[in-house]
Amino acid sequence: MTEQTYSKTELMICVAARLFEDGATCFIGTGIPMLAAMLASKTTAPNLVPVFEFGGTGAILEELPRAVGEARTFHKGISALGICDTMETAQRGFIDYGFLGGAQIDPYGNLNSVTIGDHDHPKARLPGSGGGNDVGSHCWQTIAIMQHDARRFVPKVDFLTTPGFLTGPGARDAAGLPPGTGPIAVVSTLALMDYDPDTCRMRLKSLHPGVTVDEVKANTGFELIIPAQVGQNDPPSAEELRLLREEIDPTKFYI
Amino acid sequence: MQILESGIGELIQPFDLDEFREWNRTKKSRKLTDKLMSEQEAIREFVYNGCYIGTELYGTVRCPMSLAREVVRQGFKDLRVCGQGVLELDLWLAAGIVKKLDITYIGLEVYGIPPSLRRAVESGQVETCVEWSNASISWRMKAAAMGVPFLPTRSMLGTDMLKYSAAKVVEDPFTGIKVALLPALILDVALIHVHRADKHGNCQIEGISGFALEMARACKRLVISAEEIIPTEEIRKYPDRTMIPYYLVDAVVHAPYGSHPGEMAYLYGRDEPGIKEWVEMSKTAEGAREYLDKYVYGLKNHAAYLDLIGKQRLQECVELREKRI
Repeated sequence: MTEQTYSKTELMICVAARLFEDGATCFIGTGIPMLAAMLASKTTAPNLVPVFEFGGTGAILEELPRAVGEARTFHKGISALGICDTMETAQRGFIDYGFLGGAQIDPYGNLNSVTIGDHDHPKARLPGSGGGNDVGSHCWQTIAIMQHDARRFVPKVDFLTTPGFLTGPGARDAAGLPPGTGPIAVVSTLALMDYDPDTCRMRLKSLHPGVTVDEVKANTGFELIIPAQVGQNDPPSAEELRLLREEIDPTKFYI
Repeated sequence: MQILESGIGELIQPFDLDEFREWNRTKKSRKLTDKLMSEQEAIREFVYNGCYIGTELYGTVRCPMSLAREVVRQGFKDLRVCGQGVLELDLWLAAGIVKKLDITYIGLEVYGIPPSLRRAVESGQVETCVEWSNASISWRMKAAAMGVPFLPTRSMLGTDMLKYSAAKVVEDPFTGIKVALLPALILDVALIHVHRADKHGNCQIEGISGFALEMARACKRLVISAEEIIPTEEIRKYPDRTMIPYYLVDAVVHAPYGSHPGEMAYLYGRDEPGIKEWVEMSKTAEGAREYLDKYVYGLKNHAAYLDLIGKQRLQECVELREKRI
């Protein structure tokens, strides 16, 4: 096989797509999570049940949605209801995974999408929680997909929008969030991370091809746990790249 | 119930359920009257300076864009807004007519953070942003729709969202778990765009219903715009399709392509160049003003807007629609 070139974003989408569990219900946010879900549904998770917050459940992802409410989010779907239905479904424990993004993430997997700087006098006003907080509160397991740099991987998020492990072990339960829920992974442009079960802090799991541990450390604004054994993520396969470029995003809307 | 934690955000739309009941008894007619009017008439009649107003669904999907543009055109000010939006609320922010926000998400989705939101909030032009998650704001409307003062949820717990909201955390008296209480939200005015309505305001929606059912039942005044006006016999033939019954509705506006440049499920797809035009022009305050001049202030009404867009471009959007299988 000839060696393929690919972008960091393409690689991130492929690594994220491989995390989808076939047959699971997944809350899908706008952007990269949509591409990852679509790639997963065309490869390892053909029975994936995508759930889009404004009401689309069980769509066949033949064409890439560009908004979480658009018609492609219920294309050949199981149901097209409303936001209360999908969110209540998550709140009563029916949604297995949530795929999320944010402007900042901290060692406990908390995400910020509200403000940079002080809330009432922000340096930058961001769009807001949207469904992010709900997804992080109610889905059994959440996975964040992020660009990897020290401005985004910060010791403390400026505004805690979407709950990860909050302040550490036991904090979610103490706050009243449903037991057994929480973040399980971060897919970045450099690596795949998970969380240390004892401290709930982010831990390097496996590196993208060509990326070193030092590079990940240099681009992380907090002390990332580096285990003795660090894995390697496979590069995108020729088939994954073909699907991404020819079937999923042929007009290069995202990639 | 003991309050364990209170958000410091302002309850920018205080409510009185008994007054809402009285309103629904005395101010909402049960008669099947003809409520058809132009968008100018409907907005002039029901929107007012300082009112608490919301739009549904959002900017690029089944959004009352023609009504949102008319609100800007008529020059209202100091609006308090329930903020789940894309283009529509971005236009309002750029026009400087928003004073307070119950904000969930105002973004350009794939095109990122709207510069007009940033300018309006970072400059202090918008006085207050009270934070809510998407589910929370919908459940606040659901509480009002149910006629109860709050709904408990497990959203927002443990986060700054709770702190900067007007929610309260209590221990549930039945099970002892912690829940956040979301205060009911009764809007002064709501704008909702639908596929079909009759002249009385009975509405049919296709595709996802977003939070239309909740918002329609949680407002004092409801202005409907509809792609098509259908006879009441059609409504009565399929009563199961009526998502918003007439007695909730105060005005019905015929607005073909009313969601443009956004989409309408099964009727037309989104006008990507049209959306990108706002994305590009709104990067500067001057550009945003230019856009408003071109598409809002410089046009008399929605019909003039559609003339400017042109039949060919609208037909291209129709070609892009999701098709029934």
